[in-house]
Order: sequence, then structure tokens, then C-alpha cells
Amino acid sequence: MGSQCLLRAEDLCFERDDLCVIDHFNFELNPGDILQVEGSNGSGKTTLLRLLSTALHPSSGRILYDEKELSDCRYEYCSNILFIGHQIALKDSLTPAENLDWLSAIKLSNDSILKALDLVGLRDYVNIPNIRLSAGQQRRVTLARLLLSNAKIWFLDEPFTAIDAQGVRLVKHLIEDHSKKGGAVVLSTHQSLDMVNIRRLCLSNEESGANLW
Amino acid sequence: MVTKTRSIFFTYLRRDLLISYRRRGETIGPAIFFVMATTLVPLALSPEAESLRGIAAGIIWVMALFATLLSVENVFASDFKDGSLEQLLIGPNLLVMPVLGKVMAHWLTTGVPLAIISPILGLMLSLPSEAFIPLVASLALGTASLSLIGALGAALTVSLQKGGLLLTLIVMPLYIPIIIFGSATAQYGIDGFTWTGPLAILGVLFAVVMVLCPLAIAGILRLTTIT
Repeated sequence: MGSQCLLRAEDLCFERDDLCVIDHFNFELNPGDILQVEGSNGSGKTTLLRLLSTALHPSSGRILYDEKELSDCRYEYCSNILFIGHQIALKDSLTPAENLDWLSAIKLSNDSILKALDLVGLRDYVNIPNIRLSAGQQRRVTLARLLLSNAKIWFLDEPFTAIDAQGVRLVKHLIEDHSKKGGAVVLSTHQSLDMVNIRRLCLSNEESGANLW
Repeated sequence: MVTKTRSIFFTYLRRDLLISYRRRGETIGPAIFFVMATTLVPLALSPEAESLRGIAAGIIWVMALFATLLSVENVFASDFKDGSLEQLLIGPNLLVMPVLGKVMAHWLTTGVPLAIISPILGLMLSLPSEAFIPLVASLALGTASLSLIGALGAALTVSLQKGGLLLTLIVMPLYIPIIIFGSATAQYGIDGFTWTGPLAILGVLFAVVMVLCPLAIAGILRLTTIT
């Protein structure tokens, strides 16, 4: 426990409508870690990611960033995380380039945005309003955020939804690259990923009847 | 790092103005409603100049209020639906500046157009031309307060499926002082009195609302989206 870990959750609990979604949850995240959160539907994967990205507040327990309480370093923490959830947070009437521009916390140059869109295979769609892109293409726009962000910790909720095989390879490559650079990734997915330094974390949902089958 | 940080106020102001521009048809809706509803009044009552003089200021102001209410629900609703609001909430910045940027974009796309076209309605309701300046001034200043208070209601009802009616009920009582002094300014102008008095009170109301509303909206957004 002596080593400095990037993110630590201690006794994290989250209740919603008198139902304990996250129950006394503990974990540690070190630089370079890739953590895959698994679990059946409704086991709280999204809730966990939203808790860690401060979109939700835990009912009890605490989250430590760099061994500091989150309330003491909120600005620092929030400028170092990137959360991509189920909701893609893209405005329908804006183009991919405009969406990436407002979503970024820092001022981006046009060149870097174009380069990122080129890498995710959307070079020809730079000026097309988001609403005319397919679900997979919209998802790819959110992937371009990974390329443009300098956040240390990525929280990716089902990053492989609606993405084709080549896109999945790209995401895996981005995740591995980020981990090599000393960043950390927490992702939830049902796919089995063949990455070297991946850790698996299973959220169990004992009350569900899924085990019967 | 310091040189790379950007003004989140202008980011959101620009973004919302751009969205309004792309959805021009939706954006001019309130202005069209404003013109059409006001046009109906002389048809329903009496087109006589004398009788219109007494009620024109009130009619224009009530219609401006309804026009603002029509559009204000959308200030946060679409952001809530597509997850942009969540991205804003987990961002490192204080919420006050982006909220102010969004409300200002709303005012520029609804309040300001209403103020600009109001002289045409004044002409239609056969108001004296001296009344146009107080009419425009009161609407320009008053709709800024209407946008801010409306955004407060929009933030409170953001997580509801059909929050429109509730939004109206929440916001209406808060609109009362604005409409009293707004229509008074315009009415004083019509009657040929000095109209700077009620306009100054409208300015005071704006100053109060300007300070309190963004803070309240920021707090409410944090609360309503927690669960």
C-alpha cells in the first residue's frame, strides 16, 4: 500500500431508490493500468464509471487522487480525466470538427482536429452535421477525443459500441498507447480483450436471476 | 498551461449561437409568434388608435414574455438529453461562466430580435414614434432578465420529461416585477412622460437577476443531475 497510486477508491457505496448499486467497493489504479470492468447488465458498470468521473456522488466511501481527497483537488482531478459515456455528447447540428472543438478543455488548432478526424477515418466528413453521420461514425468522433485529450485517466463506458472491427483495433491500440505513456484506462465492455497488462474486475449482481441459466 | 486555457464563457456562447444559426427555422419561432399574436389583438378588440394606445404597451410586453417562455425550455433540455450537460458538469471549470454564456446566447437569439422588431408592431398598433425608443430599450433590457429567470426554471425542470407547464408555473411569479416595470417604461413613452425612471428600476432588477441567477442555476444543475 506504500506505493503512490493514481486513483484509489475506498469503501465506495452508491444507493439508488433504496437499492445498493455499488456495495463497499475498493480498488486501486496505477499509472499504466488498464482496468476492464465486467459484469452482467445492471451490475453497476456505468454507475461505477460515473462515480469515478464525478458525474455521480457516492453515498459513502471516498475516492483519492494522488492520495488526495477529491474535494481537495477537484480542479486538478477534473482536468486530468476524460469520460466517454453512453451518451455521446455531440450536438446534432454541429460538424465533427466543431463538436471536438467545444468539447475540448483546451484550445485546439484546426490542424490537430483534422489530423485526429483523419486518424479515426472521418476525413471526408469534417463538414457534415453530426445528425447525418451513422451511429458508428458518431462513435468515431468521440474516439477522436481520445487523440486530442491530454487527460491522464480515461473512463470509457462501452467504447466498442457500434464500431466496426477496424475501429475496435484502433481503440485497443489507443488504449495500449495511452497505458505505455503512463496513463490509466478504466473501461467497461463485454468483449474479451487480449491486451498484456489488462486487469479484470468483476461486478457481481447476486440478486439477478442470470445464474439460473 | 496558462496560455492554453480558453474562455469557457465564449466557448459556450459561440457554440449555442452556432447551433441557433444552424437551426434558423426553430430560432425565429418566438419572433414569429410575437408578431402574429400581437397582430391578433387589434383584430379581436378594436383597431381604433385611441383605444390601442392604452393597451399596446401591455400587449407587446405580455407577448414578448410568452415568446421567451416558448423557447427557454430548450436552454438545457437538449444538452441534458445528449449528454453534453454531463460533460460540462464533470469539467474542471466553475459552472457559472458556461451557464452565463448559454443564457446570453438565448437572449441574443430571442430577446434582441424581439426588441428589434417591436417598433414595427408599435407602428401597427399606431403608437407615436416617440414611444419606439422606450419600447426597444425596455424590451432589450427586460428580455435579458426574462432569459436569466427562464433559464433558472429550465434548470429546475431539466430532468423532467414534460417540464413545460411546470416551468411556466415556476417562472411566471418571478416575471411579475419585470413585466410591471417593462410595460410601465413603454407606457410612459407612449403617454409622453419621462420614461427613464421605470427603465432604471428595470436595470436594477437586471443587475440583481444577473448576479443571483447564474449562481442558482449552477447549483441547481449540480443537484438535479446527481441522481
